[in-house]
Amino acid sequence: MPARKILSESEKETGRVQRQVKLPFLKSVEISIKSIKVRFFRSLITTMSLVLAVSFLSFVGVSNDIANGMLAKQDPELRRLLVRSGYDLGPGDTTVGSSPKQRWLVILSLLVCVVGIVNAQLMAVTERFREIGTMKCLGALDRFILRLFVLEAGMQGLVGAGMGALTGAVFSLLSGWLRFGFGSLTSISLGSLAVSILIATGVGCLLSLLGVLYPALIAARMQPVEAMRVEQ
Amino acid sequence: MAEAGSIVRVTGVTKVFKLGKIDVQALKGVDLEIAKGDYISIMGPSGSGKSTLFNMIGGLDKPTAGKVFIDEVDIAQLDAYELAWLRCRKIGYIFQTFNIIQVMTALENVTLPMIFAGLNNDAAVEKGMELLDLVGLGDRFSHKPFELSGGQQQRVAVARALANDPAIILADEPTGNLDLTTGEESIALLKRLSQDRGVTVISATHDFKMLNVSDRVIWIRDGRVDKIEDREELSISVGQIGARE
Repeated sequence: MPARKILSESEKETGRVQRQVKLPFLKSVEISIKSIKVRFFRSLITTMSLVLAVSFLSFVGVSNDIANGMLAKQDPELRRLLVRSGYDLGPGDTTVGSSPKQRWLVILSLLVCVVGIVNAQLMAVTERFREIGTMKCLGALDRFILRLFVLEAGMQGLVGAGMGALTGAVFSLLSGWLRFGFGSLTSISLGSLAVSILIATGVGCLLSLLGVLYPALIAARMQPVEAMRVEQ
Repeated sequence: MAEAGSIVRVTGVTKVFKLGKIDVQALKGVDLEIAKGDYISIMGPSGSGKSTLFNMIGGLDKPTAGKVFIDEVDIAQLDAYELAWLRCRKIGYIFQTFNIIQVMTALENVTLPMIFAGLNNDAAVEKGMELLDLVGLGDRFSHKPFELSGGQQQRVAVARALANDPAIILADEPTGNLDLTTGEESIALLKRLSQDRGVTVISATHDFKMLNVSDRVIWIRDGRVDKIEDREELSISVGQIGARE
């Protein structure tokens, strides 16, 4: 049990106090998990836009993987199927890249998703003003608050983006099956499939962190006096 | 009052708020000295600058001019790190709205300041349970705030304020959101703690029940210290107020 801390003489002389305020990393993870759990529904909504955007990204990526797998079989019949379903294939092409149109759509959907995340996180910060202020009155530093928000967003991002990437991949595989038959799926290279899913997950995490940065800064800079305000 | 015994010293503090283009002077030069272990009430009508003064003493706000010393350390000189340390170790806050962190249980609320202070989890939990026992909530440690009544939440707040054995407890209208009996219980609890542990209790209030237990009452009016009364003088003036109202 700690003895009562009274400033030592030398500290009094210099007018400075010891620098000892900390929040262990594991404890901050524990707190963030708890606050996601308690506000599960709210977190779900924040994450939903991310899930959708990431699943679109992953859908596009995996669709291209399927097309590449089909091209690798060098079957003219499959090639004709691909061209008929809208892939721009020159006579000599052996791989499909994402078309500029696809890229624009993906980028736009990701942008919209970031704006959505910023919006939702700003709401969350406003809702939690009192909680943040109280923590600061108990001795939390700015960076504890920042860390809590970033951790929360990181976890939401990882779960949301992971779910989104898997959903997108599953839908892409299903649509490939429906459009080109089961045979088209047998030749996908598993490596590129995994890479597509991982890229989508990574981008999703990054966006989630990007979206929380500004709201978390606002939260961290908040003055502890706010906790004392009565109206709510 | 002996210089050495003062835990809070306020000299010539003024505070100006900008409301749009108008400057509002909330404090117009306040000098105060509060001795270690005292139970102080700051009384005054709303708008008198009571809360502003209170926030200054708590290191939550900085004065426009003048100095606030806590344990002879000028708080204007402290950086963010040291202020956080001060809030964590030296001062325990009790809020009118309790401000129990909603997502945490009673025990977690009490242990949080100890975690900030660098105590390991087991020691913090052990001490947290002791403190909850002390305020009579030992059996409700795992309850979330919404499962506790107002008075119980207030007692969790008291336990939390005591977590790091602070030298000062600042209570902002501690009875403001409580009914008569729970309010009286809270006051008795604070008084007992101040006597047993030698903690300086400073409360902003306009609850006259607080006066009976206060060692000194500081009356604030219009941004200045109106008068400071010791307990002996008090019964008479309270009678006057009763008559006046």
